[in-house]
Amino acid sequence: MIRLIPRVENSTAMILLSPLLALTLTAISAYLIFVSILVDIEVSSVFYTLFVEPLTDSYYLSELLVKAAPLMIIALGLSIGFRAGVWNIGAEGQYVIGGIAGSAVGLYFYDVEGFWIIPLMALAGILGGMFYAGIAAFLKTRYQVNEILVTLMLTYVAVLFLSAMLQGPLRNPSGFNFPESRLFHDSALLPIIWEGTRLHIGLVVAIILSLIAWFGIKKHIFGMQIKISGSAPRAAKFAGFNDNKTVWYSLLISGGLAGLAGLFEAAGPAGQLTPGLPQFYGFTAIIVAFLARLHPIGVLFSSLLIALSYVGGENVQIDYDLPKSITQIFQGMLLFYFLACDILIKYKVVLFKTI
Amino acid sequence: MNYQLQINNITKSYGDLKANDDVSLNIKPSSIHALLGENGAGKSTLVKVIYGSLLPDRGEMKWLGKSYSPKNPFDAREQGIAMVFQHFSLFESLTVEENIVLGLDGVRLDENFTEKIIKYSKQYGLDINPHQVVGDLSVGARQRVEIIRCLMQNPKLLIMDEPTSVLTPQEVSDLFITLRKLADDGCSILYISHKLEEVRQICSEATILRGGKLVENCIPQEHTQQELAEMMIGKKLIQLARSNINSGEDIFSINNLSRKSDDMFGVDLKSISLSVMKGSIVGIAGVAGNGQDELMELLIGEITSPPGTLSFKGNDIGNLNSHQRRELSMFFIPEERLGHGAVPDMGLNENMLLSRPQKSEMTSYGVIDWQNVETLTQKVISDFDVQTFSTKMLAKSLSGGNLQKFMVGRELIQNPELLIVAQPTWGVDAGSANNIHQALIALADQGSAILIISQDLDEILSLCEQIHVLSEGSLSTAVDMTNKGLEKISQLMVGSED
Repeated sequence: MIRLIPRVENSTAMILLSPLLALTLTAISAYLIFVSILVDIEVSSVFYTLFVEPLTDSYYLSELLVKAAPLMIIALGLSIGFRAGVWNIGAEGQYVIGGIAGSAVGLYFYDVEGFWIIPLMALAGILGGMFYAGIAAFLKTRYQVNEILVTLMLTYVAVLFLSAMLQGPLRNPSGFNFPESRLFHDSALLPIIWEGTRLHIGLVVAIILSLIAWFGIKKHIFGMQIKISGSAPRAAKFAGFNDNKTVWYSLLISGGLAGLAGLFEAAGPAGQLTPGLPQFYGFTAIIVAFLARLHPIGVLFSSLLIALSYVGGENVQIDYDLPKSITQIFQGMLLFYFLACDILIKYKVVLFKTI
Repeated sequence: MNYQLQINNITKSYGDLKANDDVSLNIKPSSIHALLGENGAGKSTLVKVIYGSLLPDRGEMKWLGKSYSPKNPFDAREQGIAMVFQHFSLFESLTVEENIVLGLDGVRLDENFTEKIIKYSKQYGLDINPHQVVGDLSVGARQRVEIIRCLMQNPKLLIMDEPTSVLTPQEVSDLFITLRKLADDGCSILYISHKLEEVRQICSEATILRGGKLVENCIPQEHTQQELAEMMIGKKLIQLARSNINSGEDIFSINNLSRKSDDMFGVDLKSISLSVMKGSIVGIAGVAGNGQDELMELLIGEITSPPGTLSFKGNDIGNLNSHQRRELSMFFIPEERLGHGAVPDMGLNENMLLSRPQKSEMTSYGVIDWQNVETLTQKVISDFDVQTFSTKMLAKSLSGGNLQKFMVGRELIQNPELLIVAQPTWGVDAGSANNIHQALIALADQGSAILIISQDLDEILSLCEQIHVLSEGSLSTAVDMTNKGLEKISQLMVGSED
């Protein structure tokens, strides 16, 4: 028999070991799945393509970082809100609105040169995302409306709004009626930090933001406020924290960051506003945030891991004709094992003989 | 001698912990037998063994001369052993008779049954109306329902777990009359308690447990309360005394504070007024559920109060949150430890930050100085003898008594000018309770004011110079203790005024 006994103190060893254990279990399960479905293909070579190849080639590596950047930025915001027990599920929607708002500013100043255009677009992106998440915060604090439903449903509205914008005011006037914006001019494009690739400044911003978030959570009373509000609301009141403020902060931060990521995606790899802007980053970032245990520095690593599964997944699609769902299965298993293994941090496993 | 119940050398372990270690006791027919011990002494384990909800590892029992080993509580009831639990198991929306019939097997609710309830209630002085809905009853009345339900099974042994912890003094003495009658009629009673004065009043034998072991079987009247307490906790108690009552001007006052409860089962507070002087300890007595929680929320500042209703050091504080009130040197210890006064899943060091005032050495501009937090946590742990492995130990892993000591220490280390504390020793063992009381007295001796809200009347009586009673949301004026004070308190607690 196996029994779980609560630990008196969270185990530091397990905090580090449990991700490795989860990775091993994911790899074993993935192996078993491949063995059972693959015919005439060497499982080890699929594994190689999936997990190793993206790291060996500079193009793949840069694409991995390009995908990791928006995941990092969104997941950072989400991890703060989730700590507070504020469940912003609609980062995808805030990402889209941020992308639209920022792009609109870029297009408004079309052909105007200036170093200030990108920061202004970024600001518009952040404000757009904040505004969109703010709707949920207002409804929750004023009318106790569940933020999960509001944010999730507003995501669909955002995607439709994007398509309305692209068929209306933001459509490229000389674009043969395709629902796409103009290509941004140079001043409205993010600086590239790795020559010859699509890797843009967004990655640097993401790393700086994660350091700021780490400081806020570890060293500032604000981190305590969101943590306590999430785990013990009455204790938060006892400490004098205002729970409405916590909801506002959580949604504004996560919405603003998602909006920033949306703008970065439009002004970075895409270079224009297209209907292809929403790429599920907002939803995948939820997995990223939980894989990181809602830790800002952990987000750096977990976003790389998930980005790896994206790039590797695309590669096996091309090389072996495997379905796209491989990526999702992999991400799903990873999250499942991570959450399962984390129980070892709070509990120890004791084996004992039954009588 | 013929014993009703003989318990010989019962041992029961949970892992390494011996909850009962070779415990023996004998209950005579028609006796009221006390089972005394602190929390964790092994009382509940022993009772569960008797009541059939736990199987002992070793040892045997004899019931009415025959070998007895109940497999489950049903078995025990079948053989004539009944139990009244500390936490009642009644459906609030049903009537008294419906509740009683639900707890019995093979009976129908008809006129005969109702008459039988009335018969028992008259015979044993258990005043109850069978048609009343339980939700409307006081705690004491609910306990009477539970007792009648047990009596309907014609028990030969009635186990009562901490029966007086929630009763008013008047209800306690009514209960004792009932218990004596029951014993005279041949039903022996196993009376579990840690209230020593009561045990000396009503019990003819006492068995004292400590750390799972039997300390002594004795006759309680042959020992003083102090001796019994020391046997129970295994060390000397320190006598409580104020060394320096030097009360000055009013520091805190509540003026006509009312509040409509937002909870369906909450209590409305009706124009409460009270003032506390520097250096004095003021107590609010009363049975739980009479508005204590609602009042505490207002005092802490979790809910704001109208202007002019709360004043501290001349400031109108009704609109301030707890954080801002602490800044004025007003500190609080709520009743609920886990989830209110402390966050269960956070370490003690993190919990330290909960009650920091705005200007504190623990933070500057919101940035936490973990070094200072660590030092302060260490100081609380050592000054208040909190048993813990480290400052990072999770609050929920501490025993109730230890966590309470931590919480008291956390506030006292801030040197509050006013401390408001609810149920300071609720669920705390006698040794720790003694330490906490001492610390409160020392604080008042220094010139600070203390307001205690407690349903433990003994605690209020031994600590407070000024006593008010909270009943159904109304607060009495200070009770004049020089003339039949206890009687007045008792009347106020049940809500009858003269």
